[in-house]
Amino acid sequence: MLTRLLSGDKPRSRVLTLLLLVIVISLAFAPFLFPGTKSLETAARICIFIALVASYDLLLGYAGIVSFAHTMFFGIGAYGTALAQSVTGPSFVSILWGTAAGAVVAAIFALAIGLFSLRVKAIFFAMVTLAVASAFAVLVSQMSWLTGGEDGLNYRIPRELTPAFKLIKAKVFDVRIDGKLLAYYLVFFASACLFLVMLRIVNSPFGRTLQAVRDNAFRAEAIGYRVVWYRTTATVLSAVIAALAGSLLAIWLRYTGPATTLSMEIMIDILLMVVIGGMGTLYGAVLGATIFILAQMYLQELMGVASNATSFIPFVSDLIAADRWLLWLGVLFILSVYFFPTGIVGRLRASRG
Amino acid sequence: MSEATIKPRIEKAPLGERMIEKLPVVLVPALAMLGLIAVGNPATWLTLTVAGLAMGLMIFIMASGLTVVFGLMDVINFGHGAFISVGAFVGFTVLIWLGGWTSSPSVFLNLSAVFMAILVAMLATALMGYAFERVIVMPVYGEHLKQILVTMGGLIVAQQLIYVFWGPDEMHVARPESLQGSFVLGEAAVEKYRLVAVGIGVVLFVAMRYVLKSTRIGLLVRAGVENGEMVEALGYRVRRLFLMVFMAGSALAGLGGVMWGLYQETITAHMGQEIMVLVFIVVIIGGLGSVEGCFIGALLVGLLSNYTAFLAPKVALVSTIGLMVIILMWRPQGLYPVVKAK
Repeated sequence: MLTRLLSGDKPRSRVLTLLLLVIVISLAFAPFLFPGTKSLETAARICIFIALVASYDLLLGYAGIVSFAHTMFFGIGAYGTALAQSVTGPSFVSILWGTAAGAVVAAIFALAIGLFSLRVKAIFFAMVTLAVASAFAVLVSQMSWLTGGEDGLNYRIPRELTPAFKLIKAKVFDVRIDGKLLAYYLVFFASACLFLVMLRIVNSPFGRTLQAVRDNAFRAEAIGYRVVWYRTTATVLSAVIAALAGSLLAIWLRYTGPATTLSMEIMIDILLMVVIGGMGTLYGAVLGATIFILAQMYLQELMGVASNATSFIPFVSDLIAADRWLLWLGVLFILSVYFFPTGIVGRLRASRG
Repeated sequence: MSEATIKPRIEKAPLGERMIEKLPVVLVPALAMLGLIAVGNPATWLTLTVAGLAMGLMIFIMASGLTVVFGLMDVINFGHGAFISVGAFVGFTVLIWLGGWTSSPSVFLNLSAVFMAILVAMLATALMGYAFERVIVMPVYGEHLKQILVTMGGLIVAQQLIYVFWGPDEMHVARPESLQGSFVLGEAAVEKYRLVAVGIGVVLFVAMRYVLKSTRIGLLVRAGVENGEMVEALGYRVRRLFLMVFMAGSALAGLGGVMWGLYQETITAHMGQEIMVLVFIVVIIGGLGSVEGCFIGALLVGLLSNYTAFLAPKVALVSTIGLMVIILMWRPQGLYPVVKAK
């Protein structure tokens, strides 16, 4: 049953299995294990980013395509849901069609970009997506009549998903069973479903062919696979899943703006998560996203403390100031591309005794 | 007897073919004409055109290094933007040191302050380019995927280091006295600094063409772009040549950074990353590896951005993407595709 659910792609390392179990169990019972607003925010963010980063890994790790437009698709999904909520008012129906519309638009964009620029080289695609995504972000912040510009959109979601709604009066383990909890579980289960679907995709014949195309496009073409078709399909799939993850973010935050969905910073975060977690394996996305977001939320504070403690050494304290944590992640990123291109997961699998 | 010497026969393509090959050159005046029709008012048009040329030439300065590096070694440097930012920050620091020179009314002192800033910035970015090539690019030759990732990582680290050295705030520096304000030509107002930028850009383009077409190093670079292995087989060290080109490209990015910074008068650590979007569009339009294509592409993008910024400010960046799409439909490899013998 479990093997079937994981599509036969097991973690293949005892430590990795243990880590994944810890993460899944912690996320599944997060509201009860770690009560508090901040930890629930963190847990929901981790869930959404696991889906998002895994969809990026589908492209980068499995198809060998570097895209810088992933946040664009993420944003299209988020704005789809957000606009549906703010135009027709909060209801589950509008969530559904907003999400669907976002996914369709993302698919069309991905298809257009893919057909247009995947024929040539990986480098070409990377450059084109970078340009298109930046233009899209600028356009969204300019069209303030529709998207709220830089301020973004604030909207209401169905009452059943807000803290004001009480499912039952009593508290369970000292936790109120309210709409926020429901919203969290919506995010959790939706992300889990997306993840399992992706696991299914990469372990299907399609996924295998994709890996063949990644490793040797010329040979794959010679055997008779249409390389452009496989690459474009992978782009579209990953765009749709990114858009769905974006919709989840829109539901969870009740706010959608350029800074939370479209910015280049988030694109770089995704890149770091995939590479540090491990390219070419979806479990890498789980580890990468979890570690990165925990670091983002908690390591910064730690660095702040360390920086204050060393404030008498002028340069060092600047280097380890809380805002400079990306510096160290960047260094870690470069090192991991050189020395462990398979990331944490690859290391764990290699060291399996 | 002397009449019978055999003359070497140089094959020339027929005139028609050569004309079609050179067709992209017409695009720039064509776009300028279209701009004149769309804008209507000749005075406004002149102002916009000079602004567009200045912007285009600055982008060309930054993009040329990138495209030659790609042509020579098949390396695309996503961290190129870091050199632009670093160049701007170093240049501005020098300008602040030379505050007395920039605020004096003497044109000579003003210009020498700017040239000092440019010189120091180019030196700094060339050295940085050396380090970048040795540490970041060299281990991943021939692997595109890793190149993109690693140079992106280099960009992140460089940006963060700018924050460490210069603090998190943006920097403001006013342009030197004699470069402020504008000339009035008839009814059109043309900013002085833009003319200076156009001047520097044109001089640089001519110099670069001279180096590439008429010197031994240029010959080697062009041969290397065409077929690197063959050049290596003839006994030249392509790797060292490449390192030199990489450093030169970085220095040009630094120069572009200073010029762009003086143009905006405000610089941030991620300015390079923002300009890189335009640089990539220009490099794609021109054809990866082609300097001439890059020049024409930069002028097109500069002019188009300024016209659309005047006519419909919200779609300025989108219009350049549109331009890129149209050009790629016409010539899928860019205006001047670089023929690879590899």
